[in-house]
Amino acid sequence: MTEMDERDNIFEKIVSDLTRHIRINTGFLVWMSFLTVSLIVCLYAYSLQLRDGLGVTGLGDFVSWGLYLANFVFFVATSLIGMLISAVIGLIGKKWVTPLTRIAETIAVAFAAVAGLVIIMDMGRPERLTYVFIYGRFQSPILWDVTVVVTYFVLSLLLLFLPMIGDMAVIRRKVPTLPKLLSAVYRILSFNWTNAPEQNKIIARCIRILLIMIIPAALAIHTVTSWLFAMTLRPGWDSTIFGPYFVTGAFVAGSAAVIIVMFILQKNYKLNDYITDLHFNNMGKVLALVSFIYLYFNINEFLVPGYKLKEGDAYHLHQLLSGKDAVLFWFVQIGCLVIPIILMLFRRFRKPLPVMMISVAVFLGAWLKRYIIVVPTQEHPFLPIQHVPHKFMVYTPTLTEILITLAPFIMVLIIITLISKFFPVIPLCETAKERGIENLKIE
Amino acid sequence: MEENHVENPKDGSEDKKSTSRRDFLKNLGLAGAGALTGAAALYTGHLVESKKEMSGESRVLLTQDGKLVEVDSLEMKAVEKTGVDLLQSEGREGIPGRRWVLVVDLAHCRNARQCILACQEAHQLRPDQYHVNTLQMQDTPGTARYHFPKHCQHCDNPPCVSVCPVDATYKRQDGIVLIDNIRCIGCRFCMAACPYSARIFQWTEPRDAARYADMPYNVELNVPQKLGTISKCLFSADHLREGKLPYCVSACPNGVYYFGDENEDAVTNGTTKVTVRLSKLLRDNGAYQLMTELGTKPRIYYLPPKNRLFPFESPVESQPENS
Repeated sequence: MTEMDERDNIFEKIVSDLTRHIRINTGFLVWMSFLTVSLIVCLYAYSLQLRDGLGVTGLGDFVSWGLYLANFVFFVATSLIGMLISAVIGLIGKKWVTPLTRIAETIAVAFAAVAGLVIIMDMGRPERLTYVFIYGRFQSPILWDVTVVVTYFVLSLLLLFLPMIGDMAVIRRKVPTLPKLLSAVYRILSFNWTNAPEQNKIIARCIRILLIMIIPAALAIHTVTSWLFAMTLRPGWDSTIFGPYFVTGAFVAGSAAVIIVMFILQKNYKLNDYITDLHFNNMGKVLALVSFIYLYFNINEFLVPGYKLKEGDAYHLHQLLSGKDAVLFWFVQIGCLVIPIILMLFRRFRKPLPVMMISVAVFLGAWLKRYIIVVPTQEHPFLPIQHVPHKFMVYTPTLTEILITLAPFIMVLIIITLISKFFPVIPLCETAKERGIENLKIE
Repeated sequence: MEENHVENPKDGSEDKKSTSRRDFLKNLGLAGAGALTGAAALYTGHLVESKKEMSGESRVLLTQDGKLVEVDSLEMKAVEKTGVDLLQSEGREGIPGRRWVLVVDLAHCRNARQCILACQEAHQLRPDQYHVNTLQMQDTPGTARYHFPKHCQHCDNPPCVSVCPVDATYKRQDGIVLIDNIRCIGCRFCMAACPYSARIFQWTEPRDAARYADMPYNVELNVPQKLGTISKCLFSADHLREGKLPYCVSACPNGVYYFGDENEDAVTNGTTKVTVRLSKLLRDNGAYQLMTELGTKPRIYYLPPKNRLFPFESPVESQPENS
């Protein structure tokens, strides 16, 4: 046994471990059928909205943005995690993050792509979407949002794709059981990669540039999304800290999403050697940290206007803290932010199962928080709401609207399922390199 | 002697004058004869020309206001813009030289709601859709309740126009903020941005949509209303173009509204038709504007609800059915 052979064996094991899941099995087919049928039901609901107008929702002339807008903010928010994991933690040289980068980028791509569709669902005239490009006015924050979301999506897609080129080239040659069609796709997408030093240099440089570029792009998408609200004059939205408040909130939602997805993939694809307790422990720390920063912004956002109690702010805060929305508000703040922070201070709650369950609560809370930001402000405008139908005074989402709201989640699940099923979820070449295997031979 | 001395030169000048007058008349005669001849020649020429060009064929045409007129085929020429194109270009430009302004005398409003009905009729709105809505207001618990007709404020710094991504809502040179519902994408950002809740959205098929389906879209009237787009008060831009007062202003039975042109410093009461100085009306009655602290620079003035000759009657909170 030479050292060479031993290294070859390690490499063979890595390849087989990380590609074991790339095959079509019953579980996958059942799961995909379930998702497809659910999506069809939701799209049927959307077809009703297309036919009859936004009147099929619970929206009205006062609460004119509801679940769809909350959804949009949430999807943009969750997609930000790609930047935090790959760029920020990666660039400061934390090696433990390597197995999680592709999961984070997959989440980023899926949520950013679907965010674009979510906002179309909210349009009264979706067939006029092209007008945004034909007649676009750059004064409007919507134009800024379109620009940065598209930019961020493209950068994230590249960051998902470029590190995968080498992986695909290796797998195509090393795994004979790879389905034929997939092998052909791999061949096209891997661009005849041969692991030549020049190729590695170019890819490494591209990735580094992208990692740096994606930081301002990611900060921009969520700052601009927050400006859809902060640029108005309404109490509850008229805030100067909305940019950083939204960005930190985004990291909370995204970190929770990564923990949930890595838990499911670790269990399903038997990746215990690659995604370990260490990763859950560290991601738990990350989630605690970003949640703590988010809590700080929450205190600012509610304490400062609450101290001064200007007329509009006073009513808004009263409704949130002790009025109509109080149950939801305190559930989100205590149950989905404060308690998770406290629990995650303890190592035993950063074990895989507990941290995953905490993440589910945080993820749910993050969505509800978007609802709290979007809806209550519109229920009490400056001037009284009088002489209008009762449905305009209190916002109650309809069943059709809820189904349409679920559609983007199903789409995200489909995208994540497909990417993680047909591509290695853990970066293969990078893992091999970190385990001491340089100069992979690709004949 | 001295007097003669004085008179003589006078006589001389008289002589000179009459000479020049004679010459003048002579010249005038010549010039006149010349001009007459010239004009006659031109006129003859014109007659000959027009006779030569007249085809004698006349066509009967229907004008935009529904009258039949007879026009010689040669006098017909293609109009550069017609129908919706004309309405769009006029509607985007506005009426030059005007700065429309509305004054609402809250002391006279007793919630007759006639303005609302006239407006809803003109703009094809349902009973629960308002371009103008009379609210029952009370500023603080200690102050009197009053009726408050609320329109779009046609702000000079309109937040709705800033946020519109497609230039569907815009500010015209005459001060009016309009909405173009063949451009609107239905994102409702303008509704979120408007602090006065002045905008409505067509959540369902608009009233009588089938009946008006073939009507050319008039941006100054915002009809026919379109599903999935915004609608709002337009200061009756179509009526202003015809030199009439807005629908709500003329419909008011209680003399609440004054409407006019800030540049002329004159506003006309819609009920009494009396025209008064805008600046004096505002000065004498302690006029104010709505939520100026937001920096929107509204174009509507309110005269405070003082010295009212009738009691405040709280209406039964009407909840019009969404028919």
